[in-house]
Amino acid sequence: MSAVLQSLVNQPYKHGFVTEIESDIAPKGLNEDTIRLISAKKNEPEWLLSFRLKAYQKWLTMTEPEWQNVHYPKIDFQAISYYSAPKPKKKLASMDEVDPELLRTFEKLGVPMHERAALAGVAVDVIFDSVSVATTYKQKLADVGIIFCSISEAVHTHPELIQKYLGTVVPVGDNYFAALNSAVFTDGSFCFIPKGVKCPMDLSTYFRINTEGSGQFERTLIIAEEDAAVSYLEGCTAPRFDTNQLHAAVVELVALDNADIKYSTVQNWYAGDENGIGGIYNFVTKRGLAKGRNSRISWTQVETGSAITWKYPSCILRGDNSVGEFYSVAVTNNYQQADTGTKMIHLGKNTRSTIVSKGISAGHSNSSYRGLVRIAPTAEGARNYSQCDSMLIGDQCGAHTFPYIQVHNNSAIVEHEASTSKIGEDQLFYFSQRGINAEEAVSMIINGFCKDVFQQLPMEFAVEATKLLSFKLEGSVG
Amino acid sequence: MIVNNSKTLLSVEGLRASINGTEILKGIDLTVKSGEIHAIMGLNGSGKSTLAKVLAGHSAYEITGGTIRFEDKDLLGLAPEERARSGLFLAFQYPIEIPGVANTQFLRLAYNTIQAQRGKEELDPLEFDDFVREKMKLLDMNPDFLDRSVNEGFSGGEKKRNEILQMALLEPKLSILDEMDSGLDIDALKTVANGVNQITNKDNATILVTHYQRLLDYVVPDFVHIMQSGSIVMTGGKELALELETRGYDWVTANKQSIAGAIA
Ligand SMILES: Nc1ncnc2c1ncn2[C@@H]1O[C@H](COP(=O)(O)OP(=O)(O)O)[C@@H](O)[C@H]1O
Ligand SMILES: [Mg+2]
Repeated sequence: MSAVLQSLVNQPYKHGFVTEIESDIAPKGLNEDTIRLISAKKNEPEWLLSFRLKAYQKWLTMTEPEWQNVHYPKIDFQAISYYSAPKPKKKLASMDEVDPELLRTFEKLGVPMHERAALAGVAVDVIFDSVSVATTYKQKLADVGIIFCSISEAVHTHPELIQKYLGTVVPVGDNYFAALNSAVFTDGSFCFIPKGVKCPMDLSTYFRINTEGSGQFERTLIIAEEDAAVSYLEGCTAPRFDTNQLHAAVVELVALDNADIKYSTVQNWYAGDENGIGGIYNFVTKRGLAKGRNSRISWTQVETGSAITWKYPSCILRGDNSVGEFYSVAVTNNYQQADTGTKMIHLGKNTRSTIVSKGISAGHSNSSYRGLVRIAPTAEGARNYSQCDSMLIGDQCGAHTFPYIQVHNNSAIVEHEASTSKIGEDQLFYFSQRGINAEEAVSMIINGFCKDVFQQLPMEFAVEATKLLSFKLEGSVG
Repeated sequence: MIVNNSKTLLSVEGLRASINGTEILKGIDLTVKSGEIHAIMGLNGSGKSTLAKVLAGHSAYEITGGTIRFEDKDLLGLAPEERARSGLFLAFQYPIEIPGVANTQFLRLAYNTIQAQRGKEELDPLEFDDFVREKMKLLDMNPDFLDRSVNEGFSGGEKKRNEILQMALLEPKLSILDEMDSGLDIDALKTVANGVNQITNKDNATILVTHYQRLLDYVVPDFVHIMQSGSIVMTGGKELALELETRGYDWVTANKQSIAGAIA
C-alpha cells in the first residue's frame, strides 16, 4: 500500500458531522455528563446513549487488570479529556520544520521524497486528487453493495446494522478497557459485506475518508454476511504520533456462514524514546465471531510500536467447521513492553485454529506471548496448532510465553510448539566474514524468522513491514 | 606454489591478542605471498583458530601488539566485512547455523556483496541458481542444500562443504581454512581437497589450519608452520609435516629452539 495514500487521511478535516460545537474540547474527567455530552455532540440516537451509559456503569464496577506482564504508572482516568472535535492538523511551512528523527525514519523506510512532505504535515500542493481517488474507490464498493464508512456515519445511515451487531462480540462489560471504549468511543470504521459478495479490493483505513479524529478510543465493526469475503488492512508503517498517551480500541468482526474475514494490522505507534520516556499505551480488544458454518476469521498483526501493547486478537469459533487464525510478529526495543497473543475459543464441531506467534525483543524490552486455547465440551473433533517462537537480540531483554490450554472434549487435538533463539555475536561475525554488514544480517535473520507471518500479509504491506522491522531494530546489534 | 617475484598478500608481525584478559597469541610472525599454500599445524588449544579469527577481525579479541598488513592495507583498521570484501576468507572450524535463512539467499547476498565491491555484475536469483549449481558440482554437493537453512541440521562434513562452496563462489585472494578436514571421511576429503586445488592459483593464497598430516597429502603445502602456546615455533617445507607425523609434538617441544634457529 503506497504511503501516498496516507496523505489522504491527513487532509484537514472538512466534512464533520458535528456542526454546532460550542467548545472544541470537553472538560477533563469522566462521568455520566461527559458521556451525554459526547453522545449529544455526535447527535446520536437514544439507544446508543444507553449503550454508552450501560458500559460506563459496568466500567465503574471494574478494576484495571494487573495480570499482564507490563508495568506502567497508574493511569488517571479523570485527567483525560474524552471528547474533542476533529480539527485540522497544524501545517508546517517547510521540510526544515520537520522533526529530523521523523525524516530519518522516512529515509530508512524508503518513503519517496514527495510523500515525505505530506506525511510530515508540510503544506504542499496536492500531489493527489484525494477527493477523486476516494470517490472512485467508494463508487466501486457501492456498486457491489459494500458499506465502508466511519462508524459515526453508519450510526445515522445504517442504524439497524449497528444496533444489531455493536457489542455482540465484545460485550460492553467484557473487560476494563473495552467497557471504557464502549462508554466513550469517538469514531472508527464500519464495514459491511453483503451476502455472496467478495470484496474486490483490500479495504484499507488509508482510503477511508474522515479517519482524522478517530481519536484514542477507536471502534471498528466489520460484518461479512453469508458467503462474503473481505480483507481489511489497518494502520501503516509510517510512524504515528499522538499527544494522547492512552489508546483503548475495540474491534469486532462477525462472519456468517461460509464468510471469510482477514484482518491485517501494521502498528507503529510512537514507542517512546530510547530511555523509555513517552510513548503510547495501547490497550486493545479485538475479537472475531466465526458465527456461521465454515466461516473463517484470520488475524495478522505486525506490532512494532507503542510503549505498552496489551492486545489479544481472538476468535470465537461457534459455527461448525469454522476456522480461526492468528499470525503475529511483535517487536520490542529499548524499554518497550508487549503482552500480546490470542484466544481461540472452540465451540462448534470440527473447528480448527492456528496460532503462529513470533516475538522479537531487543534492548531492555520485554515481550510476552499470552495465548488461550479453549476446547468446549461441544467442540467435537476440534484441532489447534500453536507455534510460539521468541528471538532475543542482546542480553538485556526478555521473552516470556504463557500458554493456557483448556481441553474439555477428548476428541480434540491440541499441539503446542515453542522455541527461543538468539541473534548472537557469532552469527553476525559469520555474516560479516562474508562481507555482509550487521544491518543486512539482522534484516535477513529477522525476515527468515518472521517468514510464516509475513507471507500472510498482502505483498506490498509485507515489503514495508520487512523494512520497518530492520529499522526498528537498527542499532540494537553489532 | 612458490612463484618468483610474487607479491606479498599477508604480512603479520609480532601479533599479540587476548580474550577476556588472557593472552592467547604471543607474538606471531607470518608472511604469505600470492600463489603459496601454507599449513599451520599444532595441538588443540595452541591458538590456531584464534589466529584465524583475529585475522578475520572477530571483535571478541583484543589486539595487544603487532601489525597485520593485507596487500597495501592495514588490516587492523578494517571491520570484518571490509576485510572480507578486500578478499580475505575464513572457512570456519565450526560453521554457524542460521535458522530461517535459506542457504541460497545467504550465498547470493554474500556473492553479490563481493561482486559489487569488485565492480562486477550482480546476479538475480535465477542467474545465481544456475551459477551456484555449477559450483556445487565441483564439490559433489546435493542442490537440496540450497533451500535448507544455512548450516542448520547439516552434518559436520556437509557444513565443511558448504564453507568450501563459499570459497569457490567468492574467489578470495587469501583463504584461511580452519580444520576443513575434520568430520570428513576419506572420499569426502578427496572431493573437498580436489575442490580447493581447483580454486588455488598463482594469484591467490591459502592457509590450511589442521592438526593432521592427512589433509596435506591432498592439498600439498609450500610451507608448514608449527604452533605451540600462541607462537609459531617451527617453520619448514612440506616434509616438516611428515616429520611431525612420525616424531610427534614432543619432538617439537624438545627441538624448537635449535630448529627454529637453523631455519632462521
Ligand atoms: N573465550 C575464551 N576465553 C579464554 N580462553 C579462551 C577463549 N576461547 C579460547 N580460549 C583459549 O585459547 C586457546 C586457543 O584456542 P584455539 O585458538 O581455539 O586453539 P586451536 O584452534 O589451536 O585448537 C585455548 O587454550 C583456549 O582454551
Ligand atoms: Mg581450532
